[in-house]
Amino acid sequence: MRSATKFLSLVVLGFAILTGGLASPANAGEVPRPNPAKAFKGTECVEPVDVMRREHMNFLKHQRDETLREGIRGQKYSLNQCIDCHAVTSPDIMGGKVRTLKPFCAECHNYAAVSIDCFQCHTGAAVPGIGQTTSPLPNGHPAVAVPATEGGTAQ
Amino acid sequence: MALDTTVYKEIEGTGADYYALVGWLAVFAAAGLGASYYMEHYGHVVTGMTNAIVWGTPHVFAVFLIVAASGVLNVSSISSVFSKHHYKPMARLSALTALALLAGGLMVLVLDLGRPDRLIVAMTKYNFKSIFAWNIYLYTGFFVIVLIYLWMMMERRFAPHSKKAGLLAFVWRLALTTGTGSIFGFLVARPGYDAAIMAPMFIAMSFAFGLAIFILLVTVTYKASERPLGDLILFKMRNLLGVFIAAVLYFTAAMHLTNLYAAEHMGVERFILMDGGIYTFLFWVVQIGIGSVFPLALLFNPATGRTCQGISIASMMVIVGGLAQLYVIIVGGQAFPLQMFPGMEVSSSFFDGQVHGYAPSLPEVVLGLSGIATALLIVAVAVKYLPLLPVSLSDAHIRISRSLDHHIEDAPFS
Amino acid sequence: MSTNNLNTQQTVDAAKRDFLKAGAKATAAVAVVTLAPGVTLYSVGAKAAVTGPATSERRWGMLIDATAPEDIWDIAVDACKTEQGWGGGNNPATDPQWIRKVSVKDPKTGAKATLPVMCQHCENPPCVDVCPTGASMQRADGIVLVDKHICIGCRYCMMACPYACRSFVHENVTGQKPHMPRGKGTVESCTLCVHRIDKGQLPACVEAVTTAGSDAMLFGDLNDPNSDISRAVSKYVTQRIRQDLGVEPSVHYRGI
Ligand code: SF4
Repeated sequence: MRSATKFLSLVVLGFAILTGGLASPANAGEVPRPNPAKAFKGTECVEPVDVMRREHMNFLKHQRDETLREGIRGQKYSLNQCIDCHAVTSPDIMGGKVRTLKPFCAECHNYAAVSIDCFQCHTGAAVPGIGQTTSPLPNGHPAVAVPATEGGTAQ
Repeated sequence: MALDTTVYKEIEGTGADYYALVGWLAVFAAAGLGASYYMEHYGHVVTGMTNAIVWGTPHVFAVFLIVAASGVLNVSSISSVFSKHHYKPMARLSALTALALLAGGLMVLVLDLGRPDRLIVAMTKYNFKSIFAWNIYLYTGFFVIVLIYLWMMMERRFAPHSKKAGLLAFVWRLALTTGTGSIFGFLVARPGYDAAIMAPMFIAMSFAFGLAIFILLVTVTYKASERPLGDLILFKMRNLLGVFIAAVLYFTAAMHLTNLYAAEHMGVERFILMDGGIYTFLFWVVQIGIGSVFPLALLFNPATGRTCQGISIASMMVIVGGLAQLYVIIVGGQAFPLQMFPGMEVSSSFFDGQVHGYAPSLPEVVLGLSGIATALLIVAVAVKYLPLLPVSLSDAHIRISRSLDHHIEDAPFS
Repeated sequence: MSTNNLNTQQTVDAAKRDFLKAGAKATAAVAVVTLAPGVTLYSVGAKAAVTGPATSERRWGMLIDATAPEDIWDIAVDACKTEQGWGGGNNPATDPQWIRKVSVKDPKTGAKATLPVMCQHCENPPCVDVCPTGASMQRADGIVLVDKHICIGCRYCMMACPYACRSFVHENVTGQKPHMPRGKGTVESCTLCVHRIDKGQLPACVEAVTTAGSDAMLFGDLNDPNSDISRAVSKYVTQRIRQDLGVEPSVHYRGI
């Protein structure tokens, strides 16, 4: 039985080290508060900002099911609409030639350590006609947002 | 009710051998996690699997382990459901091994998913028409029931109920193997699988593979822990293994013979039995020769069938043959082209009408082996910390516990 | 509708007619947008034109003429690649193929035919039956889709498909089309261009073949006795691949 106790205490010790390690950066108090970029276009969102902050994932999830599984289109919430307004350029992504939603989402999601996998399948990039409006790029950028990668499987 | 007079005790597990064993098993189990991470990171393009061979080596190992998990519980069932008390002392180990093998098999299955990170989806969204979804219930239920069964066997207060739990576990595991076999049996479009006989054949396979693994476990642990293991129990298991091997042979023959009668199955039968290259080799040489005929000869030849080595070697061969059998069923069944236009010559950029090639890649094999390692690791650790193994399985002990059982069972109001 | 800038092919017009009934609202929505290109129309509370849901009143189907000259199928395949963003990889065994050109030859008579094979959008789809999570699904109008949000990549649906019409995404994907999210580790197949159908457009392959001046692909509502496709299906003897399996594909062929 002694060995069992030893085993258990090892497990507890390991757990303590692990959680302690994860907690320490937060203790340092150096993480800047998220500061998502202003919308690229438009002045008001589909819902008040505080509602969007809390509920955007539910809106999107609910609507994705209705769109895909039931074939209801053109409702209030849509990821492509998010992209249309909130996609921004970032020097890290394709040299800033493309507006994408990723930096906007990453701002808070990194802060809250909530990882999302939307962009593993969805393009975050704004391409002309992605929303219900056309999406011109900021001044000085080429008109075509996404380099034409026909090959979907290009690594 | 039978009173268990057997003395169970944890193994010492302090020698260098034991630690080396556990260490190696842990390394292998970890390697499987690494392989899975590699496959997830780069995508399944780094495996040998393709859009035509969608299930490969990981599935061979996973299905083998899941099927064997159900079969290894047989030892418990025989003792509690069929009141064969020689097997009673080994019932605990049998239940534990069943859990361990299932865990190993499911681990491989899950780690091979395209999106293992979505395991939670698999557990929360069910399509009740899917035999696969049913299997998720069958597997989870198996865990719970066998755990309860094990607990009842180990807790003397509950011993009177262990028979009921054993019966439930027995029924459940038959359902589980039927479900696993049906994963293939329901694929109407694949001539290699579309056979109702798949389900009973999987049950026979589970008996044989499970018992072979169990015999090896018992002989190795008893030798390593220097506990007595008598011939009586060993020979009983040997006889049983012989029967199970014969049963698998019978179902295999029945399946192929009935398929030969059905014109639409002629093509795939020809492929497996005659000109399928590696699959034909695996079928005749490994599955039938090494996995069935040779072990039968070993077991029933007095010179080898009466020795521990002979029986152990036969068990190993059954395992090798079993893996080959599943490889032929799973990979061979996909390698043979779908018959979209029966009787026509077909060709396309998607390899229609051709035999599909498949070469297992290292990560797949490592992942598959890690399932076995994980299962063995669980057993190795469990027998050290839990009183699962009888101190003795000598003939004398088996006889005593048997006669005691009978004595008590015959007594009224017991 | 301003969506089909096609020459006035009979089939296209007929298919358009099919759409007009259900697509009236959609037409209005698109019209609003095209009236003001480049202008931010989006404003809060603007009543977006909602279309759908898909109902079982419709049953989309195709009729493919396998006697057409086989080059036309390259056009169909290329149109699909461009529209949906697949193709272009270097691993033929693992690269997705949503639609492919299949050649068949009767060894006894030597007769040949070439035909495109894509998801057959079965009425009783085996892929939907076997999928453990319900990711493989069928819309009310019969279109069979993969809900990649909940696909776990088990590939059981690929085992079940009698037509080898599903592909597993074996590698990372970039440059997806906004209407067609695609990602590593999930299964995908022909969507019958559901995003176009819902807007009242033809599937990309049908449109391309028709634009090229061929009537080898006919698309429409099999439930509507007056649609071109229903008339054609009732006029010619058509075949469906592996009809014996009872899965009731919606893709009909002539001349195999
Ligand atoms: S691969 Fe995805 S869609 Fe296909 S059966 Fe599995 S979960 Fe369903």
